[in-house]
Amino acid sequence: MSLARANRLTPWMFLAPAAVIMAIALIYPLGYMIWGSFRAWDPSQTIGEAEFVGLKNYVTLWNDPNFRESLGVTLRFAFVVVVVEMVIGVGLALLLDRDIRGMSLLRTMFILPMMIAPVVVGLMWRYMYHPTVGTFNRTLESIGLPTVDWLGQHALLSVIIADIWQWTPFIFILSLAALQSLPRSALEAARIDGATAWQQIWHIKLPLMMPVLIVTGLLRLIDAFKVLEVILVLTEGGPGLSTEILALRISRTATEFRELGVAAAMSNYLLILLLLLTMAMFAFTRWQEARAARIRAASEDDQ
Amino acid sequence: MPEIRLDKLVKRYGEVEVLHGVELEMADNEFTVLVGPSGCGKSTTLRMIAGLEDVSDGEIFVDGKPVSHLEPKDRDLAMVFQDYALYPHMNVAQNISFALRLARRPKAEINAKVREVAEMVGLTDFLHRKPGALSGGQRQRVAMARALAKDSSIFLFDEPLSNLDAKLRGQMRAELALMSARVEKNMIYVTHDQIEAMTLADRIVVMHGGYIQQQGTPEELFKRPVNKFVAGFLGMPPMNFLNGELSERDGAVFVQGAGFDLRLSDAKAAVARAHSSRNVVLGVRPSDLTFDSAAPSDQALQLGVEVSEYVGAQSVLLCKAGPGRVTVEVNSETPMAIGETLTFAVNPERVHLFDQQSEIAI
Ligand SMILES: Nc1ncnc2c1ncn2[C@@H]1O[C@H](COP(=O)(O)OP(=O)(O)OP(=O)(O)O)[C@@H](O)[C@H]1O
Ligand SMILES: [Mg+2]
Repeated sequence: MSLARANRLTPWMFLAPAAVIMAIALIYPLGYMIWGSFRAWDPSQTIGEAEFVGLKNYVTLWNDPNFRESLGVTLRFAFVVVVVEMVIGVGLALLLDRDIRGMSLLRTMFILPMMIAPVVVGLMWRYMYHPTVGTFNRTLESIGLPTVDWLGQHALLSVIIADIWQWTPFIFILSLAALQSLPRSALEAARIDGATAWQQIWHIKLPLMMPVLIVTGLLRLIDAFKVLEVILVLTEGGPGLSTEILALRISRTATEFRELGVAAAMSNYLLILLLLLTMAMFAFTRWQEARAARIRAASEDDQ
Repeated sequence: MPEIRLDKLVKRYGEVEVLHGVELEMADNEFTVLVGPSGCGKSTTLRMIAGLEDVSDGEIFVDGKPVSHLEPKDRDLAMVFQDYALYPHMNVAQNISFALRLARRPKAEINAKVREVAEMVGLTDFLHRKPGALSGGQRQRVAMARALAKDSSIFLFDEPLSNLDAKLRGQMRAELALMSARVEKNMIYVTHDQIEAMTLADRIVVMHGGYIQQQGTPEELFKRPVNKFVAGFLGMPPMNFLNGELSERDGAVFVQGAGFDLRLSDAKAAVARAHSSRNVVLGVRPSDLTFDSAAPSDQALQLGVEVSEYVGAQSVLLCKAGPGRVTVEVNSETPMAIGETLTFAVNPERVHLFDQQSEIAI
């Protein structure tokens, strides 16, 4: 082997281990899932024994009102939690981005919920939501207000509240980091230019934080589509299908109904949804950049 | 247009005091230049006037009214920052017009203003670029334009020309001088370029180590520095300092040191006699020395020429004088013999004397 050839191959040799791990950990299971989604597949069979049914699983799902209901619940859940968490998280970061004594302790406390295992969070909130002995209803009772049927009538809301409690800190710390890396002097210039605190946030801070906020929001959205444990512990998807998000339905289809093929098809729907979302987001930022470049080019042509 | 007065201004960062009671008055429509070595507190003073730093002690008065409790936006001032401080997400036009847009001025007025100041600093071709796509000098001009667009009565400049090339710097300096003559504004300008200081200032304030050393017109500071620091700081190449001893003979006062025995002028002799200490520092500007082998020995320095630096019409000679070094500015046409000890005449009216201990001018 000549030296030049060896040199050309070097980068590939360094890449090889990563490529192998990627193939084993990512491509293989993904391929397996896609392959399985075209079969009527029972957990007792190997994938080879299962009967090939083409797109039947996808079509059945598409026409299944329960699946659509579940999809709707997932979408509602994900969008509500992400929007509320973004608003609260970014708001808190804007509020707490200052040097006051004890602020670092406060910040640390804010991120505690994120460190608790989801199952524990579920158990904790389930206890607090309990209709008779739960913290909330006992408090309501003691101040003379009517109690609320948290995990019954308002199950989706209750689940949303628990998720917001746990994941707002994630957005908070990322926003805070983004805020603290903003150019200080640009903010000082804005103060001299006459910007009020609100105008500084609106015209300087938020636009400069935007790239971080977009990625943070996207990460949270992807995560919210896949949430499982907290809801499993809190409501098990009930009452009825009111909190049966897709991840929960997938796990039940696979374990209770023993329809691995259908579960795989459902997973693929979720995957496609997430891919579309991500791509839309990137397309949007690309479009914005292109638009800015066009405006610039047009104005420079004028001269 | 207001008059600004700093009253015993003190700045502390925790335990460290960086400004020690700065007292300064800047008259209406005056161009004040703060100069001093790096870290002497120029930016800090400016930022306190702007309201970006809290006042630890003392007070700032604008037109007789205390302002140190006011937000920057309520002080009616514009500022050019040392590190530009542009808004990275806005293009040049948006950067320049930000203050006007916040003030909700009419669109036509904003556009006209942007065009006017962009023209002034030579930025018309870049109005739609973001700061990230500009060179350092172009960014600095945007920062300048942004301050100019805002019709404030006080202008603060923190080394606004430090990143420009020599030619552009000269242009902008002239532009600034023109503008300051044209508009009725109070300008405070920080720099450590003494040419900027000398050419632009109505009044120069020399700072060192958190203290004001001296303030006055450029001419006053150049001709009558109050101490050795100011004398050495203003003027290029810097003033020469030679240790010497005062002595009196034949009814005249002499300064005697390595390679010289100068007779003082009558006026200088009178103050020197009144001074208590005999140990002094003799200060002579390089431009006040002239090559003259016929000069009487009590009005001349004997210097061993070591190196000649050619800088165009002038040449700077590095010479040896006893244990120290002396620089001399001569016309490049003068033939110089490197390596020989030559006689340079000193104008006795132009020498400066400082106390060796306190470094204060005698
Ligand atoms: N946040 C701070 N904490 C502690 N010390 C500071 C702080 N900011 C400035 N200083 C100190 O205050 C002194 C004055 O700083 P300043 O920025 O005013 O200097 P300057 O005269 O503008 O210098 P330069 O010409 O280098 O810009 C310096 O010694 C600096 O170390
Ligand atoms: Mg500075």
